[in-house]
Amino acid sequence: MLKEKDKIFTNLFGDEPFHLKNAQARGDWDNTKELIKKGREWIIDEMKKSELRGRGGAGFPTGLKWSFMPKDSKLTNYLVVNADESEPGTCKDRDMIRNEPHKLIEGCLLASFAMNAHTCYIYIRGEYFNEAVVLQKAIDEAYDAGLIGKNAAKSGWDFDIFLHRGAGAYICGEETALLESLEGKKGQPRLKPPFPANKGLYGSPTTVNNVETIAVVPTILRRGGEWFSSFGRPKNTGTKVFCISGHVNNPCNIEEEMSIPLRELVEKHAGGVTGGWDNLKAVIPGGSSVPLIPKSTCDTVLMDFDSLSAVKSGLGTAAVIVMDKSTDLVKAISKLSHFYKHESCGQCTPCREGTGWMWRMMEKIGNGRASSNDIDKLLDVTKQIEGHTICALGDAAAWPIQGLFRHFRDEIEEQLKKTKAA
Amino acid sequence: MSNQKNAFVFNKENEIKAKEILLKYPTDRRQSAIMPLLDLAQRQNENWLSRDIVEYVADYLEMPFIKAWEVVTFYSMYYTKYNGKYLVQVCGTTPCWLRGSDQVIKACKEVISPEPNTVSSDGLFSWMQVECLGACVNAPLVQINDDYYEDLTYDTTKNVLQSLIDGSPLSIGSQSGRKSSKAVS
Repeated sequence: MLKEKDKIFTNLFGDEPFHLKNAQARGDWDNTKELIKKGREWIIDEMKKSELRGRGGAGFPTGLKWSFMPKDSKLTNYLVVNADESEPGTCKDRDMIRNEPHKLIEGCLLASFAMNAHTCYIYIRGEYFNEAVVLQKAIDEAYDAGLIGKNAAKSGWDFDIFLHRGAGAYICGEETALLESLEGKKGQPRLKPPFPANKGLYGSPTTVNNVETIAVVPTILRRGGEWFSSFGRPKNTGTKVFCISGHVNNPCNIEEEMSIPLRELVEKHAGGVTGGWDNLKAVIPGGSSVPLIPKSTCDTVLMDFDSLSAVKSGLGTAAVIVMDKSTDLVKAISKLSHFYKHESCGQCTPCREGTGWMWRMMEKIGNGRASSNDIDKLLDVTKQIEGHTICALGDAAAWPIQGLFRHFRDEIEEQLKKTKAA
Repeated sequence: MSNQKNAFVFNKENEIKAKEILLKYPTDRRQSAIMPLLDLAQRQNENWLSRDIVEYVADYLEMPFIKAWEVVTFYSMYYTKYNGKYLVQVCGTTPCWLRGSDQVIKACKEVISPEPNTVSSDGLFSWMQVECLGACVNAPLVQINDDYYEDLTYDTTKNVLQSLIDGSPLSIGSQSGRKSSKAVS
């Protein structure tokens, strides 16, 4: 279990105010200038040593991503923070924004300096109105104290942060859709390449990072990359904020060590599965886009990238959705299918048409009007969507359905037979 | 939609805000301000946008109307009709559903109107089902205008709605008495 002294987000639940003086008392903005003085190479090197993998879902190594930014471009470099948290099950960035905004702001300065960016945009989902109000207040506090703006934190680096509110579109969490949206257009993903590090916001080199990725940067730089990488397993390092929702006694967010066993996470922090561990049916371990895993897998699986991908699921955003034996799994997944149908941007035909088709088929199965052939056809369609769209939303819509039938097909077919007989 | 031609202009306060918003973006990228300006206009107009208002905002940003209209129709938080003083948005995605969002919807049907997207007879509310609001460890929840009411049950949903009818809204956040997303122990 992660010790209190090793927690990065000591005010995750807002026990203390978010304000600058409180944040400083917690250690934020402590001699930021010295960190910047150590230079760009040092910062990127520490990030590489930390083995931090992006916290937005894809898990790409952060230090490596930063090193892709051109060093001598004549264009303006940008850092864009993805605070468009919308993946069902996920609500960790919300707590960081409303209770620890100064960690994020300081992280923005350090990351931007490392990537030669003088400007950072934070794109926050529109529904997080009150969170945006807090974040703007914190940004204003940082400007007033000279921590950002001209000669930020007396480092000699000029740095601006602008907050941009979204307006209710899950797809804007996809980095290129987010950039389109920030440019004032429909949030439809761009074809890659070119990647944002070459042509991003306004055609300039841009790195898009998740809130948690940026908010842990100051602590990593202060305590050292090796401190961070001492938690978890190799390539799956650090501390991580997990969101535990669904059928548990005490749903919560909690910062823990990466690679903690799923069972320990749920039982120690969320009060266990309702009705006890043996009442568990399945868990979606990393937000709605990753396939569910059955109880037998949950018994032993570790909560990290490699362990979950070995069981054909994923860590994603580390949003653990727990479903006990009372759950109608077809309905639970069908609701996710409806989500993807609603959130498809409509650009690629397989996704635009396929998400609706899959949802209707899931409803048909849920209503007991489907046959085994229908399930075959549905799985075939998921394969035709997966990998055939510009962005990963098509994949994300296909995987939960594949996961459901991978583990529960026999049970669902049994149920269909019973419904037919009746 | 309104037939009044270009009756809408930003009020003084919003005119200042609009100018401040434009400062966030490069001067040759005015279109970047379309989302915040539509939001500003919507707030000035009882939380909905008519075609004329969108035309005004498009002109303000020197962009074609159709590009602005594309934005209005792409994003779910712009409304092209009046939704009552309070718009109650019930999350029905899986994490909320697992914890009883059907009961929250039931309460909305009873207090507001049997059908979604229908302004209640007193003109105070409408409700609609929405996708994930991103507060899943405080499920089920509703968003009412800008505010989240979390950890709801059938009864506490009714309490929240009644408090709006009574004109003294309950405190926002968790309705089960816990603090933010911390586990109750």
